[in-house]
Amino acid sequence: MSHVEIMTGNQAAAWAARLCKVQVISAYPITPSTPVTETISQWVERGEMKTEYIRVESEHSVMTVCVSASTVGARTFTATSSHGLLYMHEQLHWAAGSRLPIVLCCVNRAVGAPWSISNDQQDSIAQRDTGWIQIYCRDNQEILDSVIQAYRIAEQVYCPVMVCFDGFILSHTMMPVEVPDDELVCRFLPPYKPHTILSPEDPRNINPVIFPWQRRDVEGVLRDGYMDMRWKLQHALERARDVIVETGLEYAEQFGRDHGGMLWTYRAKDADVLLAAMGSLATEATTAVDILREEGIRAGMVGIRVYRPFPREEVREAFKKIPAIVVFEKDISYGYEGALSADIKAALYGTGLKGAGS
Amino acid sequence: MEPKDDNLSAMCKPAAGEAGKTGDWRDATPVIDPSKCIASVKNRPACYLCWLYCPDGIVTAGIPVKIDLEYCKGCGICAEECPAKAITMVIRKEEKK
Repeated sequence: MSHVEIMTGNQAAAWAARLCKVQVISAYPITPSTPVTETISQWVERGEMKTEYIRVESEHSVMTVCVSASTVGARTFTATSSHGLLYMHEQLHWAAGSRLPIVLCCVNRAVGAPWSISNDQQDSIAQRDTGWIQIYCRDNQEILDSVIQAYRIAEQVYCPVMVCFDGFILSHTMMPVEVPDDELVCRFLPPYKPHTILSPEDPRNINPVIFPWQRRDVEGVLRDGYMDMRWKLQHALERARDVIVETGLEYAEQFGRDHGGMLWTYRAKDADVLLAAMGSLATEATTAVDILREEGIRAGMVGIRVYRPFPREEVREAFKKIPAIVVFEKDISYGYEGALSADIKAALYGTGLKGAGS
Repeated sequence: MEPKDDNLSAMCKPAAGEAGKTGDWRDATPVIDPSKCIASVKNRPACYLCWLYCPDGIVTAGIPVKIDLEYCKGCGICAEECPAKAITMVIRKEEKK
């Protein structure tokens, strides 16, 4: 039976991994993500969760373990933050390039120097171009639901998914969260089928050296070149958009909760000014919208839920005919501007919208 | 119709030549002098340090020793390791481009 528990964002993420029957977990502790895998390790120790928990010496090795486990067909999970995620950076590219449906919870935290454990989204935004899908959650319920959805999306398009939620604001704050029934999740999430079966009877060389041009292999098959592989990954991320929307709708049907597909809006229909944000900042912005409305300013809200693939068409639709847009974000592309702001402006290019100055 | 590569990630069957004929990477070609090569001089299996050290495994430990120039990248390790100094790295005109 589904039940409601009061829990932190980190516990919601751990519950989701448990419900998804994750087979391999590798993790290295880092504030504020530590309680995610700490909770899981307690369950594994008590025998409540049947998972291979692999302890390693660094986050780089964490992602290497996830890549290996996912390659041989195991559903794989990890969680990290800030410097831990940055240390994984190289392996994040390997995971996406190998088209492995790994799910990672990024508990957003500031990046040094100087040292800080406060929340911003610089860590995950800095991984924007690794080929991972990125989902930003508003509250603890959405964390649990998004991780379940993430596996379904990842295992359909064969791309890894990063489920991002704000450190402390969500990770360490308690909220009522509905934990869905085990069987309901099993029905929603069929077992993971890897795109390639590795077996000693049919040996394969994975990720061999590749050239810019196509080349015939020893069996005479014309194999892809580097650019073909890059195109396939880009195409998969673009195709993911439809899968994300469909998954969200089906989840709403089966679980009764709709968090929006690519983005969501709040009091946006008659708005003169639209606020835009991601993650818990978007939740807080809805309160600002209410206050502005009380003051006589017709404000509305657009919450960007999926940042990669970027919801270009949805953004174009949401912001058309709006005289003013204010973007709030917790990251910056040094020397230019906020990444979300730049992406929204790029999406609006060619629509003829006036006043696209920052 | 050309058979299509429908793999999502790069992969191939482990086989010689899976990365193409790497011999065309070569700048200098190893040339063996059989009058110095220990196996050829003694006319029996001997030494074979070139075979042992070749990082690409393209030396055949026979009499005489043979190097597969379709895959030899010309690294020169065999020449460096040969105790009889029987291998010379030669830069040929056609390889100079």
